[in-house]
Amino acid sequence: MTKLTKKDILGIADMTVDEITLILETAESFLEISTRDIKKVPTLRGKSIINLFYEASTRTRTSFEIAGKRLSADTINISASTSSVVKGETLIDTARNLEAMNPDIIVLRHSAAGAPHLLASLVRQSIINAGDGAHEHPSQALLDMMTIREKKGRIAGLKVALVGDILHSRVARSNIYGLTKMGADVVVAGPATMLPRDIEKMGVVACTRLEEAIDGADVVMMLRIQLERQKQNIFPSLREYAQRYCLNRANLKLAKSDAIVMHPGPINRGVEISPDIADDPDFSVILDQVSNGVAVRMALLYLLSGGNE
Amino acid sequence: MKLILKGGRVIDPSQNMDATADILIENGKIAACGTDLQVPADTEIIDAKGLIVTPGLIDMHVHLREPGQEYKETVATGAAAAVAGGFSSVACMPNTAPVNDNRSITEFIARRASEANLARVYPIASISVGQEGKQMTEFADLKDAGAVALSDDGKPVMDAALLRRTLEYAESLGLTVIEHCEESSLSAGGLMHEGYYSTILGMRGIPSIAEEIMAHRDILIAEYTGAHIHIAHVSTAGTVRIIRDAKKRGVRVTAETAPHYFTLTDESLTAYNTHFKVNPPLREASDIAAIKAGLADGTLDAIACDHAPHARTDKEVEFEYASNGISGLETSLGLSIKLVQEGILSWPDLIAKMSCNPARILNLPAGTLAPGSPADVTLIDPNRDWTVDVKAFCSRGKNSPFHGLTLSGRAVMTLVDGLIKYDGRGLR
Repeated sequence: MTKLTKKDILGIADMTVDEITLILETAESFLEISTRDIKKVPTLRGKSIINLFYEASTRTRTSFEIAGKRLSADTINISASTSSVVKGETLIDTARNLEAMNPDIIVLRHSAAGAPHLLASLVRQSIINAGDGAHEHPSQALLDMMTIREKKGRIAGLKVALVGDILHSRVARSNIYGLTKMGADVVVAGPATMLPRDIEKMGVVACTRLEEAIDGADVVMMLRIQLERQKQNIFPSLREYAQRYCLNRANLKLAKSDAIVMHPGPINRGVEISPDIADDPDFSVILDQVSNGVAVRMALLYLLSGGNE
Repeated sequence: MKLILKGGRVIDPSQNMDATADILIENGKIAACGTDLQVPADTEIIDAKGLIVTPGLIDMHVHLREPGQEYKETVATGAAAAVAGGFSSVACMPNTAPVNDNRSITEFIARRASEANLARVYPIASISVGQEGKQMTEFADLKDAGAVALSDDGKPVMDAALLRRTLEYAESLGLTVIEHCEESSLSAGGLMHEGYYSTILGMRGIPSIAEEIMAHRDILIAEYTGAHIHIAHVSTAGTVRIIRDAKKRGVRVTAETAPHYFTLTDESLTAYNTHFKVNPPLREASDIAAIKAGLADGTLDAIACDHAPHARTDKEVEFEYASNGISGLETSLGLSIKLVQEGILSWPDLIAKMSCNPARILNLPAGTLAPGSPADVTLIDPNRDWTVDVKAFCSRGKNSPFHGLTLSGRAVMTLVDGLIKYDGRGLR
């Protein structure tokens, strides 16, 4: 496979192994561009990319913007606070107005699950889902898989533990789809209140103890805890959460000795991961994830623009 | 004005009748029913051969949106949708703006219905002022104004004491109390049924127990007070079981379900199509099986479509922001006939659930072809294949997940007071 035939990147759920592999290999070939003195290639010159962000984001928006710029596309950022969203315009009207200005790709971040699907059904431009509610965050899962491949040389056969608020996590869902498709054994762990109903039917093992999840793991991926969940009685307190689920030097010994530690960011230090682990280059690949994120997003923009045409 | 419906299969469960017969209508009333009736002079003859002739269908749970949301539906367009779907009568929920919580709104709806002069429209008044679950409305005055039942509709009565008092007081007036069962602390923020599909779609789920806990509580209150309660739009296997058990104990509970609850599952939501967004939400295949069993064994007394017309702007938005509901009056019969085709219900059973039983539950002078009754009659062609086309709906609400579906069987004529209101091609 050398070309992506789909119009949109809405999720990992509807991607084939070949498509995932193509994206990862393309991203790997782009990695080098970001290390040059002049970090720019003319590949997407004349293309316009709109980053339409209805939810606050620093990392993902910046990553998409840099990815577009390194490929010489014109990138435009629209965030909810500065747009007509605050005046009550619907997503559809906003999209149709943007469509009329003829961009090539719209990157959408939205708090409502399924918003990118709605947009994709209405406009002719390619849509990239940059995170929709608790549904999917495909570019994050792709950069995670790229990082795992980079560090481990493969994905198939690895034991990957996903720990934290699975219920509310789009990162978890996209990674579960991607990692299981690529042949990894996935274990999810968190308080029972953070494990959604019938999660096992997604092809994972679910448990409520951190230690059980990371036992013998090759990859430990910690998810961000949203502090406001405490008010919904999803968990009693950050203190208790950290006591039971914070990854530290002691419990990490349960994982394989060459295990890698990942986090989609931003980290609550001392809640999800103890600071010394987060900063320990022997385990932590958190900043590699960020670097790879740019390459993965370059690959997505490139492939959606026609790839090798 | 005389009319004879000749040679149809007359099914009238109120008289235990299922036979080929003629029905003579005079002055808006059923004059006679039998074979080889003497046809008086100047009688319009309608050939009903091959058709099923039934008491006019009754949908006891619709939303007509007027007053307040006429852009979604009006009493007139809703009544048109009713007769086009084979319904000679509908009962409309009080969640209008303002809420139907006083005599003037009830009378206004009744006046609009008589101006439209299509289906009969029976207003259901709210239990509490403004549907706020606090202060009881004036039940007796509302009944006097034409209300046939009481319900706080989509806002379940969370205050158990209020529901108890309502059942006691309404019972003494002969008003039926209808409950939408939903324990809101369990359903808060929910967008769809909680299960595998809510998990993979990343949407907050509404667990089955949100409905079941409330149904159980309501049944216990009805049992304690000895009053009748009617449970709206049953969607889960658990609720069916709770009602079945209660009926066995002799509790005065009746219940309805809607065609989408025995037709669609939560799997339909995988494309985030908002036309499948309803409350209660579409459940699982095992729930559909239980609902069909509940219809078959009489646990569920009625089929009502919860007609919830919406404008495009209410549905063409993110799933989370979309309104709940299906514009159902014009597909309800066609979807329900499938139950007969699948062998779950007999034709008389189906007609009972769509006419006689709703009439009995709401104490309406309808649901029968007995001589002397108002001549509300529906003619059904059980073999007519047709394709659902929302553009052809009489309802303003084009929000149907069934658009494009081919169904077999539909109403081809609807009479109210002996007058043809719908003739299979259009309104009259």
